[in-house]
Amino acid sequence: MSRNPYVRPVSPTTWYMRNGRYIKYMLREVTCLLVGFYSFFLICVLAILAGGSEERWLAFLASQQNAFWLAFHVIALLFYLVYMTFDWFQLAPKAMPLQVGEQKVPPAFIVAAHYVAWAVVTALVFLLAGVF
Amino acid sequence: MSKRTLDIEVLRYDPEQDTEPHFMSYQVPCEEDWAILDALNYIKEELDTTLAFRWSCHMMVCGSCGMMVNGEPVLTCKTFVRDLPKDVRIEPLENFPIERDLVVVLDDVMEKLQMAKPYIIRKDPPPENEEFNQPRSALYKFKQYTMCVNCMCCYSACPQYALDSSFIGPAVLALAHRYNIDSRDQGKSERLDILADHDGVWNCSFVGACSEVCPKNVDPAAALQQMKIDGAKAYWLQKLPGGKS
Amino acid sequence: MAIAKKSVVWGVFAAGGTVAAFLFPALIALFGLVASGTVPEGLEYANLHGFASTWIGKIILFFVISLALWHAAHRLRVVFHDFGVRKDKIVAKAVYLVAAIGTLLTAYYLFAIG
Repeated sequence: MSRNPYVRPVSPTTWYMRNGRYIKYMLREVTCLLVGFYSFFLICVLAILAGGSEERWLAFLASQQNAFWLAFHVIALLFYLVYMTFDWFQLAPKAMPLQVGEQKVPPAFIVAAHYVAWAVVTALVFLLAGVF
Repeated sequence: MSKRTLDIEVLRYDPEQDTEPHFMSYQVPCEEDWAILDALNYIKEELDTTLAFRWSCHMMVCGSCGMMVNGEPVLTCKTFVRDLPKDVRIEPLENFPIERDLVVVLDDVMEKLQMAKPYIIRKDPPPENEEFNQPRSALYKFKQYTMCVNCMCCYSACPQYALDSSFIGPAVLALAHRYNIDSRDQGKSERLDILADHDGVWNCSFVGACSEVCPKNVDPAAALQQMKIDGAKAYWLQKLPGGKS
Repeated sequence: MAIAKKSVVWGVFAAGGTVAAFLFPALIALFGLVASGTVPEGLEYANLHGFASTWIGKIILFFVISLALWHAAHRLRVVFHDFGVRKDKIVAKAVYLVAAIGTLLTAYYLFAIG
């Protein structure tokens, strides 16, 4: 008997369409575009501040105040929360499991701790920015 | 007990005749409490003796009956007829070459298993003439990883292994991690030198599918993330003066 | 065999991901607030410029922006691979170069703010 193994082809460009869990993973991965975009957005803010002109800052703020940017930020925020932030918290107990004595700390507890810390950090940023 | 007839499609491949696999359909009168493995045995005994598939224990410990059932990698001995629709499609585990019918070639994983050095490595000799005690708290740190039965369902679920089979993959890396975090073991840096090298653990992108499909509730995805943290730490520790190279 | 240099970028990726997961929702919300027509007090020129002039402000801004950039760069490298681009060496060089440029720009502008 001769061996003649058959290798099933895998599409390198569309493999993730076969299963919902892979699509969810890809949505998480493309959040890096938002992280990159907002990082450079912040660099632009720094560039304007470095210019030292209040007029340019006011002009920048004015250029932001329209329906396009409002929609952009709102959609970006929702997408980012679901596929980046919440996903990151959900996976945290896998990367950093805790065990106290013989007892494993329930993963849900670690996830909850992340949400609490996130709420505190968010509140601090808002406080610092003078939202409240 | 009532019978239920399933329409089962099985992917067939005869390496001596076929150029590519094809589906064959069987109508199988199943007992209500059957597992899919029982249905396969019925096909082999009553309908088509040429069907090839692996199985041994029928009780979730041997790990040989892993197959794709309706697109999910499962142990067919713990996948029950009562939980499935009338139409069932059975294929060999994905991401592995097909040897014949539902039998896959596992040579690649068997070779990689050796890279993991899945045994306790000691630098200092273990205690002589006395038991090598381990507190339960230390055992519980790695116990879940000892449950792996090498069924390779995780490799079937892993897209990174599918896209690039040079990746060492979930079960083998999880097994290595099981020894890395064993309090009796001293071989962690030896293993990391191999497993955190270029084609090692870094090819994992934390899809997490391996853990979702594991029939023994092992969490390979967790092991791999922890190994990445260990690898990232060890990289810098080796740079320190007096650090091991 | 030895531990790959990938471990270094992975470490930065993980740190940056944590920073981005915790902080970016609040930052995006702030920009959203601006877009809706309300400029919070902290984003007025004098206040923001004042914050970026302090040492603590500079350190926070530098680490948040640069870590997030390297996180994005590393994940983008994986995204290219996952969409079927198999030139990992070139992709890696390109994405890390962009992250490096962004890091330098961040440092430069923070320095220039004085």
